[in-house]
Amino acid sequence: MSATSLTGPRSAAPGGSAPAGGAARRAAPAWRSTGALGLGVATLWLSVIVLLPLSAVVVHSLDGGLGAFWDAVTSRQALAALRFTVLVSLATALINVIGGTLIAWVLVRDRFPGKRFVNALIDLPFALPTIVAGLVLLTLYGQRSPVGIDIAFTQAAVLVALLFVTLPFVIRSVQPVLIELDTEMEEAALSLGARNATIFRRIVLPNLVPAILSGAALAFARAVGEFGSIVLISGNIPFKTQVSSVYVFNLIESDAPTSAAAVSTVLLLVSLAVLLAIRGIGRWGVRYDR
Amino acid sequence: MTVDRRWQLSLRVVALTYLGALLFVPVGLIFYRTFEHGFAAVWESITTPAAIHAFQLTLEVTIIAVPLNTLFGIVMAIALARGRWRGKGLVNAFIDLPFAVSPIVIGLSLVLVYGVHGWFGGALANAGIQVIFSVPGIVLATIFVSLPFVVREVTPVLKEIGDDQEQAAATLGAGAWTTFRRVTLPAIRWGVAYGVVLSVARCIGEFGAVSVVSGKISGETDTLTLLVDKRFSNFDLAGAYAASALLALIALVTLLAMTTMNRRREEGDT
Repeated sequence: MSATSLTGPRSAAPGGSAPAGGAARRAAPAWRSTGALGLGVATLWLSVIVLLPLSAVVVHSLDGGLGAFWDAVTSRQALAALRFTVLVSLATALINVIGGTLIAWVLVRDRFPGKRFVNALIDLPFALPTIVAGLVLLTLYGQRSPVGIDIAFTQAAVLVALLFVTLPFVIRSVQPVLIELDTEMEEAALSLGARNATIFRRIVLPNLVPAILSGAALAFARAVGEFGSIVLISGNIPFKTQVSSVYVFNLIESDAPTSAAAVSTVLLLVSLAVLLAIRGIGRWGVRYDR
Repeated sequence: MTVDRRWQLSLRVVALTYLGALLFVPVGLIFYRTFEHGFAAVWESITTPAAIHAFQLTLEVTIIAVPLNTLFGIVMAIALARGRWRGKGLVNAFIDLPFAVSPIVIGLSLVLVYGVHGWFGGALANAGIQVIFSVPGIVLATIFVSLPFVVREVTPVLKEIGDDQEQAAATLGAGAWTTFRRVTLPAIRWGVAYGVVLSVARCIGEFGAVSVVSGKISGETDTLTLLVDKRFSNFDLAGAYAASALLALIALVTLLAMTTMNRRREEGDT
């Protein structure tokens, strides 16, 4: 596409005939059909729906001044909740790195009856409402557990809930890369006498690293903000199983919006950092590809 | 295949055990628990006036939120894939925010803008419009959380097909709108459909953001997910299971639609 697209979509519009030589391509027709007006409306929509409310959180968090903000963020309960949230989310991401890669490998390279069915069900945690996910896990791993495992209201329960809702991220980001990966390299290594472990470590894994990392970052981001699946199973015990999102919810319910906004601002910063990290990984992955 | 049979089998067993313990058995159990006392009890509990109203409200909110986000998604995807403008990188990053931000923070953010003490709270109260603890708040929260789906599904499709066909149509004298309707839209329709399915699932299933702004007034601002929570808190386990099973059924239908569409997309069916 040439620089003509910068001159604005309207200017190039009238008349159906294209320049005969076709040397200078015009702005993409699809882009002309929505044009600057469409972009303006869409950006306004994004601003009103997403950016305006989120900026309200940041502004309100400073309602009581910096001192109050700091007090709210560093109160013992807030710190304990944030610490547990970050640690349990890191654990979730780590387990997903191993479990997700393993499952992706099995789904791509292995063959067994019912594989397509299993593959389709991987996305269920995305489709299932989070509150239902929490209830589902509480049914199997709660007080009335039919298998005798009762982990309700423990930190382990929070981890299980987070593993459930983040299950698809690493699998779905590794799978396509693994499908595209040429097995010729592996066969060459095998014929040269490399052992399985060596082949995995030196050939398969390096190709998967960007996909694994971006999947893990998405899982981490999701875990930090998760609420619905945790609220029933965690029991919300301060200093033990209380995560930040549930803590914020309690602050809202107890009519402390400024403190809630302060803790939310910290969570927002974590989300932004993860988003930036994902974009960084994406760029690195593309460069790595070449 | 570079691993021997023994390794292959043990990896398969580990993967399937993990999936079974985390996913298959729990989801299967919810249906068993729901129907262990017979179908009649379940039917009764999902046809109470409160449940029917919750179902209607959920449907209503979805019907408002999904078309708006689909329209936004298509326009934004075209702007991102075809246009060149300043601030594109920034807008592109902002679109992912609803995925990254906690639903509780989303709910709080709406309270801080539209609530009684929020930025527009006073003006809205004077105009007699209630947003928070009312249906408009639920709609706003739902639009917020489901905003990125269509954009994120359509943008890569647009980039992949390129603009050659669109250029050709324009060369042959088609106007911008005709080109869009006859060339672009058919090419991206599976991407759009996939994004719509994901949006619908998210709209029906949203809990955190909605629970902050709804006020949970029975028969007025209760959605299906809020109903599950309320019944569970009121020790109506059977009722909570019944509503959950209904939601899980919707999720399974969504999954079926996703799988079918994925296959058609991969086959390049247009």
